[in-house]
Formats: sequence, C-alpha cells, structure tokens
Amino acid sequence: MQDLTRVDEIVQHYSDVKTPLIYILKDVQKEYGFLSDVVLTHIAKKVDIPLSEIYGVATFYSLFTIKPKGKYVVRCCNNAPCYVKKSKEVLDAIKSYLGVEVTETTECGTFTLEFTSCLGLCAVAPVMMVNDEVYGNLTPEKAVAILKDYKMKGLSNA
Amino acid sequence: MHRNHVLIAMDAHTIAQGARAVRDALKRALDMTSLTDEVKVIETGSLGIYNRGVVLVIFPDNVYYVGVKVEDVAEIVSEHLIKGRVVERLHYTDVPVEKAAEMGAAPRFGKQQRVVLKNAGVIDPESLEEYIARDGYEALGKALTTMKPEDVIDIVKKSGIQGRGGAFFPTGLKWSFAAAEEAKQKYIICNADEGEPGTFKDRLILEGDPHSVIEGMALAGYAVGADMGYIYIRGEYRMSIERLNRAIQHATENGLLGENLFDSGFSFNLEVREGAGAYICGEETALIESIEGKRGEPRDKPPFPPSVGLWGMPTIVNNVETLANVPQIILKGADWYRSMGTEKSPGTKVFTMVGNINNPGLIEVPMGTTLREIIYDIGQGIPEGKGFMLAQMGGTTGGILTEKHLDLPMSVEALREIGSGLGSGALLVVDDSQDVVELVENFVEFFNHESCGKCTLCREGNGRLLELLQRINAGKGRMADLNLMEDLAVTMMKGAFCGLGQAAPVPILGCLKYFRDDFVRKIGAAEMAAAA
Repeated sequence: MQDLTRVDEIVQHYSDVKTPLIYILKDVQKEYGFLSDVVLTHIAKKVDIPLSEIYGVATFYSLFTIKPKGKYVVRCCNNAPCYVKKSKEVLDAIKSYLGVEVTETTECGTFTLEFTSCLGLCAVAPVMMVNDEVYGNLTPEKAVAILKDYKMKGLSNA
Repeated sequence: MHRNHVLIAMDAHTIAQGARAVRDALKRALDMTSLTDEVKVIETGSLGIYNRGVVLVIFPDNVYYVGVKVEDVAEIVSEHLIKGRVVERLHYTDVPVEKAAEMGAAPRFGKQQRVVLKNAGVIDPESLEEYIARDGYEALGKALTTMKPEDVIDIVKKSGIQGRGGAFFPTGLKWSFAAAEEAKQKYIICNADEGEPGTFKDRLILEGDPHSVIEGMALAGYAVGADMGYIYIRGEYRMSIERLNRAIQHATENGLLGENLFDSGFSFNLEVREGAGAYICGEETALIESIEGKRGEPRDKPPFPPSVGLWGMPTIVNNVETLANVPQIILKGADWYRSMGTEKSPGTKVFTMVGNINNPGLIEVPMGTTLREIIYDIGQGIPEGKGFMLAQMGGTTGGILTEKHLDLPMSVEALREIGSGLGSGALLVVDDSQDVVELVENFVEFFNHESCGKCTLCREGNGRLLELLQRINAGKGRMADLNLMEDLAVTMMKGAFCGLGQAAPVPILGCLKYFRDDFVRKIGAAEMAAAA
C-alpha cells in the first residue's frame, strides 16, 4: 500500500487557498513523480471533487503526467521560430541518439523525450529543456553532446 | 561608493547561454582580488542583446562585453577592472554613440522609444528602491491622494491605449464596464500566460521591471473598485515567478500593497497563480477557468468577464504590457501618451523579432513604424545574404506579410485594413530558403496540438488540415486539396467557439493566397509522378 500521508499534508497546506486543485496536483506530482490512479482517487476524496473531474484536469495540462517518466525529461521546441532555425534536425539527432520517439521513455528509464510549448527563448533558437535547465543556439552535435553529459551524470548518480 | 558597476543581464535568454555561471565566477573573482567594496555587480533584466551569449556592461566606462564565458572572467577583472584596459576580443562596439552618455541604457538600433521597457536592463529588478528612484509608485500615490476612480478611468480612456494581449480592445472602456457593476467583490487579473510562439515580451517585462506591472494592477483596482488581484503566469516562467513574488513581498512590506494604501482607505492585495501548461489559457475565460482549478476551456460569451468573471464576479483581465503602460499614463497624462504612435493606435508597441534575422530580440517602437524599418534597420536584415520570403506578425495565429507589405506601417488600423493584426507582437521573419508548404504544416501541427477539444470545428478541423498538408508534403497531394483546405479554413474562422479556432486558419489562408504557386508546384509534381 502506497504511503499517502504526503498527499494529506499537501491538501492541508492549501486549505486557505481558493480553488487550489492545480497547486495540489503540482505538489503531489513533485512528491510522487507522477499522478497515479491511486493518488488521484485519494485526492478526490480529500477535496470532495469527483475523480472524473480531477482526471480531466490532470490530463488537460501538459505539465501533469499520469505515467512515470525518465530521470531526465528532454523537452524540444519545434514551434515555428525554432522550426525556421532548423529545430527538426536537432530533434532528429536527439531521437536517433536516444532511440525513442517523442513521448517515449528510454528502456533504461534515463530519458523521456517530449515537445515543449514555446519557451519564449526564440532569440537563441533552437532551444530545448532538460528538466529545469534550458539550452539555446542548439545544433544537432551540441544537443547530443549535452545529452551525453546527462547520461554520464545519470550513471555516476545511479 | 563604488568605483565601477558591472551590469550583468540575467534574463531567460542569457541564462540559457550560461549567465549564472559567469555571475558566480565574477563574484568569486572580485572576492579573491578584494574588489567587492569597489566594484558592484548588479543583476539586471535583458540588455537588449540576445544571441551573443552572456552580456555584461561596465559603468561608468560604458563598455559592453558579449559572449563572456567563465574562463574570460579573470581576464576582465585583471585587465579591465584593475588595470582599466578594455578586453578587445570580447568588446561589443555596435552600440550607437549617443547611447554612451546615457547611464545604463541598453543599446538599440533604429528608432526605438522606451516607455514600457524604460527600466528593463537599467535597474535591478529585485530592488524596490531602484524602481522608486525612477518615479516608481508615484502614479499610484498621485491617483490615490488626488484623483477619483473615475478620473483614472477618464485618463486611460483619453490616452486611447488598447489591450496589448492581441485583441486591442480599448482599455479604458473595459475598465468602465467593470466600474459600472455593483458587486461586493471585483477582481483584477494580469494575463501573463504568454504562450504565442515567438512572443517573450511579457516575460522580459516581468523579469526586468516587475513593479511596473504591480503598480498598473493596483491602479486598475482603484479605478474599478477591486481590492484583489491575480497574476496568472505560465508555470514554465520560473524566474518571472520568483521576481514577482519577491516584488509583491517588498511592495507589501513597504505599504505599497495591502490595506489602506496612502491613507486613502483603498486596499489592494496580489497573488501569483501558476499555470500548468496550456496554450489555450491565454484566452481570458479559459484563464479564469484555470484559476478556478478546472480544465482551461473557454466560456460562452456574453457575459464578458467585466460583468461575470472569476468566481462569478466582475473581473478585468489585462495583458502585462498594457498594465506596465498604465503608471506612466497616469503620471504624464493622456496627451503625452497620444504624442507617440498614430492617431488611432497611440503609444509604443513592444515587438519580439525572431526567426531568420540578424539581430533578434525585444524592441519597443512607436506604433506605425514600418515593417521595413523593423526588419532592416532595427533587426539588421536577414542572415547569410538570403532573401526575404515572408513575415508573420502576431505569433503562429498571425497574418502573413510579404515583400509588398514592407512599407506598411505596423499599426492596428493599417493591419486591420489588410485583414490582419498585430496580435501578440511577435514578428517571425522567414528567409527564402524555407519551404513554405512545410512551414504551414508546422503551423497546423501546433494548432492541432493546442486545440483544447471543446468545439468540433477546431478539434477536427485542425486534424483534417494537418492530414491534408502531410499528404501534400509527402508528395501525394491532389489539386482538389487546395479548395478543400480553403473551405475548411473559412468554416473554422466563421464557426469555431473561441479565438484559437477562429485564428488558426489565418496563416494558412495567408500562405495559400500569397504562395499558391508553391503549393501548386508541389502537387503538380506529385500528380505527374503518379501519372507516369
């Protein structure tokens, strides 16, 4: 049985905030890595909102996930300003280096590849994010080199 | 008293290029050389130079360094700060001469005029004192002690300012709707859910001068009778969120937010609300739904938010740039504001130049500046000697502009006349080496992903448009597809539930109109290959 006491604490923490569901989901995801059925069901009981509605919210916003993700989430931008600066070549290089398609996680669980919405860093396009770090002026070679560093870091921390 | 000030640009762009590490190295180097009492490091917002790595300026010498790396720091300290010799290999000299006299001003090219950005890159955004030293909170003091709420609305109306989120609705008129409502609670919301691709003006205003937005919100609150405000901001904008929270805290501690401000009896409190990743939440009713903890799907209108908004109460939703203009309008008056820009679109406009352009980044120019001036004077043209193919004004939902529009003044009315708009102020420049049909597929991919799914025309329409474009780009297109796309696009414009679905077809129709030959050529080649 999963320990859900942190969920209770988080819900309690926001008891003074009006309509805090999004904040609760954000903090719970941070704590548990993703929003599992068990966790969502528990939140529904605690805040007295139907599970269907909470599931609707959890699957609407791109920063929420109902599936576990890799240790490093690589988010590539392919919006028009990055696109005209050849972001597709960067994306293709990353796909072939990681051996996954967008939305997939590598077998070892180290990387998940995703798209990001525009990060507003278009003056240094093309850009990508790895967890909370942003990288600009990418080329296919530069992007792969950055991911190689993360891979090494992932191995040494393992 | 410090002998030198080093301003280091700490905005999202420079951080993406390693500014934090350079700042830390600089502080360490000053510490080691015992220069901390003589040289002050100031973190500031964007200095207006965007794709040249980490940027810093040394005052009073007014020397700009670009592309600064951690390993360059020791040399800058020992050569420049100790011996007074400029490190030529990092020296950035593209700064116009007249700027040299103006302490702290960011370099700029062509005819720029800074109203909204007057503090960005000049003050330390985390210092309330520096904001106050440049007239900060004077407008709020003036309004609360010498003006009635209706006087505030009157000045804003007379100034002619229109909403900078993209719809350009007259701000004063919007405020008067909410002011006229009888309600025990009203709200002011700052829409900082900037998500239109290519747009980062709001982020840099918030990172560079957060107090100007807070002061604008308090003024809006006083004008319409709201004592509570929310800043709805993208969860991805970490630095803006941190700076806003700190600014709110400083303002509250110093009696500029909170209860009974300036002994006027007026109270105003502010809270930051983070989004969780949804383009549609930039639409004001979807944004309100999101604050209410729900899926960000747009509401039926009317009633509009000034009558029925957040938690059913009268609510004003204004864009960051709009609010940042308000304090100066109150301070300097409607006539001053009208002295800039065109008769029908007064004031300045902040644009972000992106794509295939030499000098990308944030600019502020008077309304009515031509596209040519923006791209070729301020933006310094197109790289690698390539030609101009098209510009898209206003983000991915924006209209398509071609060579024949280069001398068109960028104002609300001039663009409206050609069925286009300024939108979010993002200007995407595309050179002639790009494949326009593939570019359109990229646009539609975006809309297909961001459609919230509430109405059929947007959800299904974008999906079908994407299929058609993928087919054409895969060399399997048919001539009949072009009419099919046009029909579908026009239907979406007329029938979609909200602005997203109505605007999505705009760039598609624009490209079909101006670059039809490219589509025809691609399809023609495919048909010939199929017949052979």
